[in-house]
Amino acid sequence: MRPFRYERATDPDGAVALLSRSPQAAFLGGGTNLVDLMKLDVARPDLLIDIRGAVSGVIEELPDGGVRIGAGVSNSDLAAEPLIRERYPVVAQAVLNGASTQLRNVATVGGNLLQRTRCLYFQDITTACNKRQPGSGCSAIDGHNRDLAILGTSPDCIATQPSDLAVALAAVDATVQTVGPDGSRGIPLTELHRLPGSEPQHDNVLAHGELITAVDLPPLAMAARSRYRKIRDRASYAFALVSVAAAIDVADGQVRDVRIALGGVAHKPWRARRAEDLLRGGPATEDRLRRAAEAELAEAQPQSDNAFKIPLARNAIVRTVLDLVEAER
Amino acid sequence: MSIIPARAMGRPLDRFDGADKVRGLAPYAYEHPVARPAYLSAVRSTIATGQIMGIDCSQASAQPGVLGVLTHLNAPRLGTDDGELRILQSEEVAFRGQFVGAVIAETSEIARHAAGLVRVDYRPRPHDVDLESSREQGRLRVPQQIMPMFPVTVDKGDVESALAAASVRVEHNYRTPWYNHNPIEPHTTIACWNDDQLTLYVSTQYLMGVRSTVAAAFRLDPQQVRVYAPHVGGAFGSKVPVHSDLILAVMAAQLVPGRSVRFALTRHQMFTQTGYRSPTIQRVRLGADAEGRLTAVDHESFEQTSRLGEFAEHATRATPTMYATPHLRIRQQVAALDLPTPSIMRAPGESVGMFALESAMDELAVACGLDPVELRLRNEPVAHPLDGRPFSSRGLAACLREGARRFGWQPRQATTTPSRQDGWLVGTGVAASTYPVLRLPGSKATIRVTPDGRYTVLMAAVDIGTGTRTALTQVAADALRVDLAQVELRLGDTAYPPAAQEGGSAGITSWGATICVGADELRRRIAAEHGGTIPADGLEVTVDMPENPHLEQYAMHAFGAQFAEVRVHGETGEIRVPRQLGVFAVGRVVNPKTARSQLIGGMTMGLSMALHEASLLDPRYGHVINHDLATYHVSSNADVPAVQAHWIAEQDDQLNPVGIKGAGEIGIVGAAAAIANAVHHATGVRVRELPITLDKLLTV
Ligand SMILES: Cc1cc2nc3c(=O)[nH]c(=O)nc-3n(C[C@H](O)[C@H](O)[C@H](O)COP(=O)(O)OP(=O)(O)OC[C@H]3O[C@@H](n4cnc5c(N)ncnc54)[C@H](O)[C@@H]3O)c2cc1C
Ligand code: SF4
Repeated sequence: MRPFRYERATDPDGAVALLSRSPQAAFLGGGTNLVDLMKLDVARPDLLIDIRGAVSGVIEELPDGGVRIGAGVSNSDLAAEPLIRERYPVVAQAVLNGASTQLRNVATVGGNLLQRTRCLYFQDITTACNKRQPGSGCSAIDGHNRDLAILGTSPDCIATQPSDLAVALAAVDATVQTVGPDGSRGIPLTELHRLPGSEPQHDNVLAHGELITAVDLPPLAMAARSRYRKIRDRASYAFALVSVAAAIDVADGQVRDVRIALGGVAHKPWRARRAEDLLRGGPATEDRLRRAAEAELAEAQPQSDNAFKIPLARNAIVRTVLDLVEAER
Repeated sequence: MSIIPARAMGRPLDRFDGADKVRGLAPYAYEHPVARPAYLSAVRSTIATGQIMGIDCSQASAQPGVLGVLTHLNAPRLGTDDGELRILQSEEVAFRGQFVGAVIAETSEIARHAAGLVRVDYRPRPHDVDLESSREQGRLRVPQQIMPMFPVTVDKGDVESALAAASVRVEHNYRTPWYNHNPIEPHTTIACWNDDQLTLYVSTQYLMGVRSTVAAAFRLDPQQVRVYAPHVGGAFGSKVPVHSDLILAVMAAQLVPGRSVRFALTRHQMFTQTGYRSPTIQRVRLGADAEGRLTAVDHESFEQTSRLGEFAEHATRATPTMYATPHLRIRQQVAALDLPTPSIMRAPGESVGMFALESAMDELAVACGLDPVELRLRNEPVAHPLDGRPFSSRGLAACLREGARRFGWQPRQATTTPSRQDGWLVGTGVAASTYPVLRLPGSKATIRVTPDGRYTVLMAAVDIGTGTRTALTQVAADALRVDLAQVELRLGDTAYPPAAQEGGSAGITSWGATICVGADELRRRIAAEHGGTIPADGLEVTVDMPENPHLEQYAMHAFGAQFAEVRVHGETGEIRVPRQLGVFAVGRVVNPKTARSQLIGGMTMGLSMALHEASLLDPRYGHVINHDLATYHVSSNADVPAVQAHWIAEQDDQLNPVGIKGAGEIGIVGAAAAIANAVHHATGVRVRELPITLDKLLTV
């Protein structure tokens, strides 16, 4: 742990300006991830800019029927919000399946999306890790990698993106609103995180100094019957081995539309578009679901300790979507 | 021996210090208000074995607020030959994460920052941390005697011939992983030197051990060392021995005489500096006749120790006590590796050994087509199977029957098809528990009475959070034949008469027996010398712990039976344990509330062992890589829906004047096997390597 300065920003532009001037500075949300990493010497900011007073802390309805979630909203408030629970239950369920009550009370939406990987080696500075120290090597590939990725990995990094919330938001086509040194933009959540490639030090596409101000959820009728299923090593307070966020619209026995996203399998929330395409326009039978899931996972590359994630993800997709279909009947 | 009648004992009293603890008013070691504290932060080796070639402390020393930097170059020479404690004595590094230096500073933040600025150059050597290959290549040795009354090697009869002749045989290897203790309160110390006097506030299970070990290490007279431990936030055995963190704190305090040096280990350091339970590889072979009567039992265990010292997890310890068998063979071997030294952890030996033995017994029940409760009942011995001594009391059969009744156990032919509910496979399992009645020597007690009828009991004993203070007050009141309100217990200070450690489930056993003798003596003197009235200036006695005349005559053990219901998801392999139920025979129960909390705590730790806990060693680096509580999983509240602990009435007059056997450890023993056996019943999958994680049950 190193000495650092602490400042409070009161508006987004001020926060961005402060951070852009300081190459080693970091935004501070609830601090439940960043401060832990500082204690471990993994994160070494010289300046923390507390953005909780600079971004919105409310959830509001948008004119098009969608919902805007301020980046400063606490995870607990997000999960408790009736608009979310009724229209996007997958989002509330994902949040409630993560961390603990105490952590959710403090954690913010922006911070949740940008929390860093839980790869064991990333968190231990006495080991080699390309994400923490580019070029030092990846200890996980020949080490303990039971929790790590099976899809979209690279020879340089096999880490997973840990946020449950991000997986649910990927399924409902959320957009992340940001303000940065070059102005503001909207980024589809599915494009916020990136695959590790040869630059695993970059978890996401944000520029230094780019601040998440809000997350927009589009109107999506079928999201009212969406579901989050998280499979983990203990009944609570553990990150996903595999998780599934799903919503489906079935009419006359035919799948009109479907959304599936996976967590715990990749460096980003994994939107299962191939499976979705295969399912649309046919019946939602167990057999078709299984084949769609298998197609999605066809390119999965297991590591030494995590081959089980492939059948686990397949079974989880089939079970989650089938449960939704059966609930709708 | 006569046991004292119960008046205060048997009442489920709340912990006397509970309210203070909840309010944050009970000071733990680190929290003691001291004037001008200084703070310590450690530097640890980042190689597994090798040599320090150079240490650069210039940047660290230059930080404002830094009071001193300790390395092997300026550390005091220690008067101990305990390899684990001999820190900063040379440039040698014996394991990754060993202390190689420390910084003392005005604040903990400065100390931690400056510790990160100490630059150490190493010349690493190849290291060996691999238990499996040590075993394969035979780099093992028989450990020295662990505890004299429990042999590490047993040969009774002829196991090989008996196995060859057996109608039914079971032979399997069972593996348990590395476990770390992880009490919520880390190991903490405040150390302060004033002239020749050393004052220590320590989170410990054994004040006298701290005093004698520190005195020896720093070449002091024990009288120069005063140790306080009024409250301790859990331990599980890690706080019985002195570890290197305490030595480091005392060394640091020497650099800043007159200042109180505060030192708390980080959670990372708790995985390296405070001992751990060795992984075990166990082979169990059972032979039985067609009716399931054991004809041969063979139990071997392979474990690791370090090159610095020897500690063997006595995994086979319980095996000779459990079942009648004419042929019995026990073997125990250790490999010395470049790792920290393992140490005692709740039910050392029994917890992992009984996972293996009680899993094998379940496999035997299946092989014989017998109900597993019935199998155990059929193999009940009439006397101790090894030496023929009678048991002072043996409640296993009663616990099995009572447990089966309470649990609603359905006797089975072991091949019953599992039931399915909403996609979950449901099964039940049973296993036996046991723990020896230990007796730790070295306790004295002083009891003082004043004419107003107030009694004070003084002992350098300690309450590590279990409720000992409360239960021992109940013992003292009954021993003195007075009301609870008249008795005050003072513990946690080496100024009081010496006391044995809180360990081996023998704290209340040993201390309570001592108090009983003191109470008798005090009452005798009041009657004989003062005509039955307390003299005007009060009276005080100091006594030693009594001998037990029955010790050689009887085998003394606690027993129990544990039952579990398990649900395994048919598609994901997720495991839930909706019900655990244990029935125990632990002699008299002094305080049903605190005893129950120990038993269900032990059972929960057994659940955690069954499903969750495992320290992951990275052999390339040589250290445990999941060294925090987010990644080293212990069972969470949601994993523990219903744990019930009951006991049978058991009066045993041979043990000690209190009539107790100790309840701190037995709850963990057998719990993992009961769950593993239930998993097998539910799924048909026998998991012989803990923890039982969903990948082992996923139907591919
Ligand atoms: C023991 C434990 C268990 C957990 N289990 C789970 C789990 O099961 N599932 C799960 O999803 N999560 C889990 N978490 C993680 C938890 O959800 C995150 O720590 C939390 O959501 C982070 O939010 P925060 O506001 O505290 O972020 P911070 O720690 O403040 O910040 C995290 C990162 O985001 C950046 N940041 C913060 N806000 C913004 C913003 N508005 N714009 C740009 N950058 C920003 C920070 O600079 C930092 O890099 C767990 C955490 C712990 C400690
Ligand atoms: S998987 Fe990624 S985060 Fe983990 S050690 Fe390799 S590079 Fe580092």
